[in-house]
Amino acid sequence: MKRKVFALLMSVLLIGAMVVGCGSKNSTDSKDTSGDASSDASQSGDLITIGFSQVGAESDWRVANTESMKSALSEENGFKLIFADAQQKQENQTKAVRDFISQEVDIIVIAPVTETGWETVLGEAKDAGIPVIIVDRMIDVSDDTLYSCWVGSDFKQEGVDAANWLVEYMDKQGTGDAEHNIVVLQGTIGSSAEIGRTQGFDETIAAHANYKILEEQTGEFTQAKGQEVMEAFLKKYDNIDVVIAQNDNMAFGAIDALKAAGKTPGKDVTIVSFDAVKAAFESMIAGDMNVSVECNPLHGPRVSELAKKLMAGESVEKIQYVDEGVYPAETAEKELPNRQY
Amino acid sequence: MNRKKIKHITKYRLFWPIVCLILVLLFNLIKTPTFFKVSINSNGVLYGYIIDIINRSSELIILAVGMTLCVASSAGTDISVGATMAVAGAVCCSILGSGEAYNAPYFVGILGALLVAVLCGAWNGFLVAKLKIQPMVATLILFTAGRGIAQLITGGNILYIKVDNFKYLGSTLPHVPVPTPIFVAIGVVILTYLLLKKTALNMYIQSVGINSKASRLLGLNSTLIIFLTYMFCGLCAGIAGVIATSRIYSIDANNVGLNLELDAILAVALGGNSLGGGKFSLAGSVIGAITIQALSTSLYAMGVSADQLPVYKAVVVILIVTLQSPEFKKFVNHQKQKRVEKIGEKVA
Repeated sequence: MKRKVFALLMSVLLIGAMVVGCGSKNSTDSKDTSGDASSDASQSGDLITIGFSQVGAESDWRVANTESMKSALSEENGFKLIFADAQQKQENQTKAVRDFISQEVDIIVIAPVTETGWETVLGEAKDAGIPVIIVDRMIDVSDDTLYSCWVGSDFKQEGVDAANWLVEYMDKQGTGDAEHNIVVLQGTIGSSAEIGRTQGFDETIAAHANYKILEEQTGEFTQAKGQEVMEAFLKKYDNIDVVIAQNDNMAFGAIDALKAAGKTPGKDVTIVSFDAVKAAFESMIAGDMNVSVECNPLHGPRVSELAKKLMAGESVEKIQYVDEGVYPAETAEKELPNRQY
Repeated sequence: MNRKKIKHITKYRLFWPIVCLILVLLFNLIKTPTFFKVSINSNGVLYGYIIDIINRSSELIILAVGMTLCVASSAGTDISVGATMAVAGAVCCSILGSGEAYNAPYFVGILGALLVAVLCGAWNGFLVAKLKIQPMVATLILFTAGRGIAQLITGGNILYIKVDNFKYLGSTLPHVPVPTPIFVAIGVVILTYLLLKKTALNMYIQSVGINSKASRLLGLNSTLIIFLTYMFCGLCAGIAGVIATSRIYSIDANNVGLNLELDAILAVALGGNSLGGGKFSLAGSVIGAITIQALSTSLYAMGVSADQLPVYKAVVVILIVTLQSPEFKKFVNHQKQKRVEKIGEKVA
């Protein structure tokens, strides 16, 4: 009994210490920022304080996105950025947004982990009078006045672009009328990128009867899962000749699985990928990948422009697409030096 | 006579774990007739579902071995092994660097990773053995902080290793038909087995797990033994982390070994080991680990989406754990006895 009570006490203490630890860290953070903000305010007038809740660092794309935001929202450009990494958990994001509200930031920027479950916390932000900019993934709320605008990619268009490229490529190879068997490595089910890319690709490819989708399965946007799922695909079907990977990391995993199975990715099997990160260009130059449809992560400049407009009280367009391209392997060599991420 | 034999077999420790594994495999055979086909593909590498299962379960086997000893000695679980894997991977990749050649010799990277993993284990061991904090709570610290530490080491980026021979550990060595992780897993199991059997450690751990106070009175250093098992668990997590990192030749601190600590604990439980400490069976844990991976791989083969996998896993695990629970066995025995009595009554 005594031991049990002691253990309970210890665990309560420990958890308490952790909570206090986190709390104190946050409060010093906010102290820092408020201190900085006031000192800066006295020096250079008014910095716009932005709280940015990022998904995490799950892929190169995400890292580039974070970099772009950090460099565009710098102090030289008139911003004070408070950055919060949510480590792929929505709870962490909700907490971060509440922290931002209590720190009285000027604008909240969220790159949401999932589409749903945002009503309550965004309602709190709205009540506090803080405008919210959503980047990358879309959110699904019944009341769209909860956020000011959304900046991101047209995922459905990316899916359509990929399908069109594939059909054109096969025509060029002279196998446009032959039967093609496709497997799809989807992203995290329910994410905007997965929904948009799947929809765009499926709808476009459905118009061509000789293109058959054997199976769609999620690889959760990671290389390890992509590899594991591709291994299972390869054992199940022996006639796969096209792999659609909804991000580059899964494509790398699929390429490894194909090589391990004794196939030649890029030749026997056409690899279509999304995101177009730097490593994808290297893979294309090596001849493993055939095409990557760009998903531009450089949201920073657009967000900074929007933030300034919002602070000036101007109205902004609700949906803001960033510019994106399609990069087949033959353009890789030329394009690689221009890639920032 | 026959009945006695059956009874003897069912009493055997590993009977139920093996039955479970066979059931999962049998189900596969019915669903996917080509399940047991193993061939050599054009790369000269063994190829087939079975190879996939054993290959993919290597990390889990290694983790389960470490976890078994932790559970046996302290009646508690180390829930930080997944995070320790991430830390080990991060250390390995940051030492070796992402250039065209290694920044440091290959073995220095591996050694560094293992050393840090052992340190993580030692930290857990210190909290559990010396400060007598409940294992779950003590390891919760690294569970939450570990991935953060890994992110700090990698600077929040995914680090790629571009040197080709880094992949060997996670895939296959040239001209060897069997994936390397399988060798590593077998090596870890055999070494651990020898270490336990050739020394008195096996008995020490069991005796500390059954009653640490009595063991201390007998002259065993309970604290040291518990500390050592946690350190060993850290080492196992380190090895698993390096393999997982080598598989994708990069470190992804957020996803390496994610939720694997739960699978490892499950493997120990599925192997028929009591989570209350004391007696343990390494072989049971290994079979448990393979069962879990067999389940995942067969669900992939049946086209179950990866995000729904946990649900199916949970259902099967409930079934398996129920089958192995003493209460259920008692219930079955009771029913049997009733039937015997009824027959007896009728005869009378």
